[in-house]
Parts: sequence; C-alpha cells; structure tokens
Amino acid sequence: MPKKEIKSKAAPKPKKESIAVKPESKLSELEATRERKNVLMQGNEAVAYGALDAGVNFFAGYPITPSTEVAEILAAELPKRGGTFIQMEDEIASICAITGASLAGAKSLTATSGPGFSLMQEGIGFAKITETPCVVVNVQRMGPSTGMPTSPAQGDMMQAKWGSHGDSPAIVLYPATVKESYELTIRAVNLSEKYRTCVILLLDEVIGHMREAVKLPDMANVRVINRIKPTVPPHWYKHYDENQKYLSPLASYGEGYRFHVTGLTHDSHGFPTNKSSEAAEMMARLRKKIDYNIRDLVQIESYQMEDAKIAIFTAGITARAAKAAIAMARYEGIKVGLLRPLTIWPFPDDAVRKMLRNVETVIVPELNQGQLIHEIQRLTKDKSDGNLIPIQRVDGQLITPNDILRKIKEVS
Amino acid sequence: MAMNYEIRLSGSGGQGLILAGIILARAAVIEKRRVTQTQSYGPESRGGYSRADVIISDDEIFFPEATNFNCLLALTQEACDVYLYDLRDNGILIIDTTFVKNLALAAENTYEVPFTDIAQEKLGSPITTNIMSLAFLVQITGIVKPESLKQSIAESVKPAFVDVNYKAMELGFELAKKYKK
Repeated sequence: MPKKEIKSKAAPKPKKESIAVKPESKLSELEATRERKNVLMQGNEAVAYGALDAGVNFFAGYPITPSTEVAEILAAELPKRGGTFIQMEDEIASICAITGASLAGAKSLTATSGPGFSLMQEGIGFAKITETPCVVVNVQRMGPSTGMPTSPAQGDMMQAKWGSHGDSPAIVLYPATVKESYELTIRAVNLSEKYRTCVILLLDEVIGHMREAVKLPDMANVRVINRIKPTVPPHWYKHYDENQKYLSPLASYGEGYRFHVTGLTHDSHGFPTNKSSEAAEMMARLRKKIDYNIRDLVQIESYQMEDAKIAIFTAGITARAAKAAIAMARYEGIKVGLLRPLTIWPFPDDAVRKMLRNVETVIVPELNQGQLIHEIQRLTKDKSDGNLIPIQRVDGQLITPNDILRKIKEVS
Repeated sequence: MAMNYEIRLSGSGGQGLILAGIILARAAVIEKRRVTQTQSYGPESRGGYSRADVIISDDEIFFPEATNFNCLLALTQEACDVYLYDLRDNGILIIDTTFVKNLALAAENTYEVPFTDIAQEKLGSPITTNIMSLAFLVQITGIVKPESLKQSIAESVKPAFVDVNYKAMELGFELAKKYKK
C-alpha cells in the first residue's frame, strides 16, 4: 500500500489563478508608459492613482458626490491591470465586498462620502475585529444626512474614530493638498496591510475636487508595503497570531490555509469565544497594535512654530487657510504658527502637549461645531476658556484666511 | 509675501465656467507656474450658480479659493452683483452685457462685451461663450501666453470640438485687441 503523502512543512505557494496575482508583464508595461510629468490633477484623481501605485487591485463602491471621480478612474484603470472593479448596490455591500476580497488576497479600497460612510460603519467594525486590511476613502461633504453634496465640511472626524459600535481604535489620515492625497492614499494602503486593519482616509470636498499642478513620483520611488505571509505549514497557522509584535501574518483564502472569520469575539484561531480572558486578549491586541506603534502612525506638520506665541491647530483645507493667515500675521509681526496632523487618529497627544507648553493661545478652526477642539481640551491643564479659541463654520463655505487673521489679531 | 494672481470666473451652471477654469489652470501648468483651481456649484447641471477660481503664482499657494480677485469675469447679473465687491481696487472686471444690464460699480478697468450675443451671431451658438470670454481675459490680463491657452484647449476638449473652440478663442483675442485701452 503506497504511503500517504506527507504534508510539506513549507508554506504552500499561492495558486496562479488567485485574485492576488497581478499580470506582472502587463502592469510593468503600463507603469512604464505612464506619464510622470507635471500635470493638472484633482484630489480625487490623486487618490485613484495613489491606490493604483500602492497596488490596489480591487475596488467595490457605490459612486457618490464628491468622491465619484475615484470610482470613475478606477473603473477605467483597474481592468487594464488585471484588477477588479465592481459597482455594488449600496455602501453596505461595498464595504463587505472589499473586506471579502482582502481575505482572498486582494488589496482593496472603496470611496464614499458622508451618507455612504454612515452605512459602512458596521462593515468597518467587522474589518477591524477580523483584522482584515482595507481602505475606506471618505470625501466629506456638508451634512447631516444627504446635506449639501457639493459643499465642504469637516463633520466626520469623530465618526471616523467612533462611528462603528463597540470600542476599537482607528487609523485615520487627513491630507491637505492634491499631492498629499496621493501620498496619504499610498500610506493608508500600506498601513492597512502592515497593521491588518481598516484605515480611513478623510478628504475635504474642496481637496477632492480641487485641481493643482502635481508631479507624481516614479514607481521606483514609491514605497509599497505588502502584508506578511505565514511561513508555517497550514496546520500550524493561527489567523490571529499574537506573538509577533502585534503585526501578525495573514494567509489568504485559496492558498491552502484554512481559517475561520467571524465578527464575534474570537480566539487566536478565529473561532467564537465567550471566555473573558480570550476576549480581553483580543481587545488588547486591537488596542496595542496601535498604541505600541504610535510613532510609526502619527505624522504631523509643524509650521513656523519655533517662536510662536499663538498656535493654530487644524487639519485639511482649513490648515491651508491658516497658513495664508499666518503669512499675513507674520508680515505684521505677530508670532503665530500652525500644527497640522496628517494622522488625526491616533491623536498626536505628545506633539499637542509640547505645543500647549510653548504657546499662550491655541486657535482651532474647523468646518464643524467643535470636534478636534475637544481633543485639545482633553490635553489642556488650564481649563479656563480664554486661551483655547474655536472658529467654527457650518454653512457649506470655507473658513477664509481673513476669518483666522481677525481672530489672531483679537487674541494677540 | 508672494503675490498670487486670483481670477474668478462666475455665472450660472451650464455656461462652461468650470471647464474654462480647468483650461486656464492647465495653460498655467504648461508654463510651469504654480496653480490651484477650485469650483463651487449647485447640484443641478444647468441653472443655479456656478463659479471657478484659478490662482496662479510662482510660490506655494496656501488658500486655494480666490478671496480678493485680480480679475473677475461675470456672465450673469447675479454673479456680478454678488462678487463685484471682492474685486481688488485696481482689479480687472469683465462682464457679459448680454446678461449683465446693471453695473453697480464704476471701476477703471471694466470691459463690457456682449459675449453671448457675439457667440450667437458669429459662431451660431452661445455654447462657446466660455472659451471666447476666457481668450478675451487672457489677452487683456496677459496672465498666460495665447499659445499656452491654445495648447491647453487642445488637451482639454474632445478632438471633435477643438476647431470650434479655436474659432471662439481667436474671436476672443480679436475682441480683446479691439477693446483694449
């Protein structure tokens, strides 16, 4: 009787037909012919090209103003590169589709705006608890509800962190220029792969629709991170391996590994559990992979802060108004600077504490009724209102440099 | 502080102002200048308000919306009334007298041209009013070279419509030479 074939100790190789395998020759051909000269580009276009350069090969979405161009471009470009584009029936289906595709080995992304982002919240929680890499782009528009589709607002900052039920940490990036939209899209995809989680990219309507002259870097200069693959044989594989600095390998369906995925609280093999010790372990993993890597995650721009007595703290388009205001105020000899988070969650606590130590007044302009300002308040020791000044606007128009300059002059 | 050149193209939806803004911005990119182009419009594709802002500079542009215009193009009465007062003291005002009947400000650099009527008469359709008035603006302000505008139009519109837009552009240049003070 022939002996049963002994299971190989080495990790099985992925099948050629797998969704994760790109047609390499065609892709490199496309990359070589891509124009990398100075072009006029929209923020949404930059997001789409950033996704392509980061290796995204699966998009499922339900187009919505002001994010439509992302879907439009990827619908044209993904099939050329052997990727997949699906227009789903709604945003709930979209987030589920990108989570599923990611489990099958794809790098996946979806783009939406406020109303769709609300629908996606449950799916985002599922991607987080199952530690499945994916990216959700939310080009924010005026709300609540369907609000004003073509008007800017920064109302989803807290939703991006707390929107999904249950208690889970979030990674949320926030660009301020078209070039940065490209860079942070790549970073979002990279972080999702590295930390095995759903990363959110928040854009302002104005950034998404704005056109600027941009020169994208050559592919050789683009840093792309791919998920760690398991090196153990299939029967040793744990889907949630807690031993490796909270960065655990991820197998894909179709590669010979069997694993269970559920939204229920699970053990390290992925099976549901009600044991409080295992639940605590799982929650700690989700927390620690963010907390232990905070220096890798936090990105901040400090602009003219060296001698500043007044600091402006804001993100996205409002930070650009702040920079213009700073230029005008400095011209008049007022010492004012800007601290701008490129990663809004996890919140840059250390940088903000340092800022609070060095300045007398902090101005927080934002296109909402007070969201980021609460985080500054949380870190302020002096609870008196006098030195923390909000500028808030929720009428669908931008806070202008003059609005901020007026405030700077009031407090200086 | 670096000087930005701020241009606002304003009117109503369907007049092609955002396309005009894109074409102007692309012409600036061709000349290797720094540029931002933003827009604001209602949800409807025709009617309602519409505007496109183009800021051209040699330095980093912080705030991408025009707040204090060096040049304002107004193709409707409403747009003219709303934005007129944000024009700089020595700013250039260009209005389409087909629709703008009442001008609330007597500025020295005002150009009153019936663009839509001329487009209808000379080109048989008001549809190229945007390119004609943009060419007029470019010739008057000199913010980009006419050749750059020409190249930008070719890169921005479908091949089938390049010729008709070139005609409108030439007409705009001619008008500007006639009106130039």
